[in-house]
Amino acid sequence: MNAPRKLKVATTSLAGCFGCHMSFLDIDERLLDLLEFIEFDRTPLTDIKHCGPCDIGIIEGGVCNAENVCVLREFRANCKILIALGACAVNGGLPAQRNHLDLRDILAAVYVTEEGLVPGTQIPNDPELPLPLNQVHPIHEVVNIDYFLPGCPPSGDAIWKFLTDLLTGHTPRLGHGLIRYD
Amino acid sequence: MSESSSFILDDQEIPFMPGQSVMQAALAAGVFIPHLCYHPEFRPHGSCKLCTVKINGRPATSCTTPAAAGMEVESNTPEILDKRRTLLQMLLVEGNHFCPSCEKSGFCMLQALGYELGVVAPRFSLLYPARPVDASHPDVLLDFNRCILCELCIRASTEVDGKFVFALSGRGIKKHLVVNAESGKLADTNFSLADKAAQVCPVGVILPKRKGFAVPIGQRRFDAAPISAHVDEFKPVAPGERP
Ligand code: SF4
Ligand code: SF4
Ligand code: FES
Repeated sequence: MNAPRKLKVATTSLAGCFGCHMSFLDIDERLLDLLEFIEFDRTPLTDIKHCGPCDIGIIEGGVCNAENVCVLREFRANCKILIALGACAVNGGLPAQRNHLDLRDILAAVYVTEEGLVPGTQIPNDPELPLPLNQVHPIHEVVNIDYFLPGCPPSGDAIWKFLTDLLTGHTPRLGHGLIRYD
Repeated sequence: MSESSSFILDDQEIPFMPGQSVMQAALAAGVFIPHLCYHPEFRPHGSCKLCTVKINGRPATSCTTPAAAGMEVESNTPEILDKRRTLLQMLLVEGNHFCPSCEKSGFCMLQALGYELGVVAPRFSLLYPARPVDASHPDVLLDFNRCILCELCIRASTEVDGKFVFALSGRGIKKHLVVNAESGKLADTNFSLADKAAQVCPVGVILPKRKGFAVPIGQRRFDAAPISAHVDEFKPVAPGERP
């Protein structure tokens, strides 16, 4: 019998801490079960640099700079289903705690007025560096998002429940103990 | 008036005593209706609208509507649950609710109701208002970022403590909680940790200092069971026990 085609899955971390990816790996040996049904495209696990056509895209982190916007748009253009994974993707999370401060003031505090800096330290402006945005945004403010999985990070069990619901054709339902904002 | 008065709530017969609201009768009968500004020890306020039900087909807040015999009340319907989710989403995007660093996490009614009703997405754009905290008081921190304007602290300070420490100021989206002192600082009031107003905030605004994160995750108020299973904690108190 022909095995059904494996679903292509891409993942990325934007303005996140990779904690959600670590939590994804926390599904432990169930990852092997998962690999019966999916194969990875662009993800930090494969080191593929650009996302091809995919069934599912998983985004960790919000959008804090111009490069995040480009990557997020690449995912939206290529993925049939896009998932916001974790607090930062869902509502900006920790990086968005800078949103009530002026970006110039923040950079100055770190690179100019901070005590103990090497004399002559300046705010970095190498053209290679992506420009920071004035505020950090959750990803649904930039592209359309199909599913949200909150948590900081969502537990491995929550990610497993979510993905197995989705892969078996159900609307993901987390239920008490798995739905968490912290 | 007969003791056998009752109304129908989602196909269940709910008995009530004269003077009880729909919310009080439901809670007394062990049926949970989501709420934020209702508190068993205080007069209803009717501001959060989370407790909205349909009574004989018309929307009404169950915390302010007196129970009446023969009413037909809908609460747990897809339409009403969806409206409640929208209200929670609006409350969450209007403030700064970063639960991972909130000391109230696991004890917070806003969060617990989000879990109960399955709110996973913000849906709206986040406002990220700038609301500086007030750490002036030796025993209590005020983090205005999480205030949902339920006025419970105002009601407690006025009606129980007799101190008038808190008030609301401004209108519309600019409405916010203020401290009743010339400096605006809590340290310049006679507020104390022992005040009723220090105990009633349903979210993480009025926080005792040096107590944060004392209870480990897993043992917090709403960790083991969803808020609807805590219905006994919200049962109306006898009139004599009211402040
Ligand atoms: S008040 Fe409640 S919802 Fe807001 S950050 Fe704290 S725990 Fe989360
Ligand atoms: S501080 Fe708490 S109790 Fe007071 S109005 Fe705000 S949310 Fe309600
Ligand atoms: S609990 Fe009834 S309006 Fe808030």
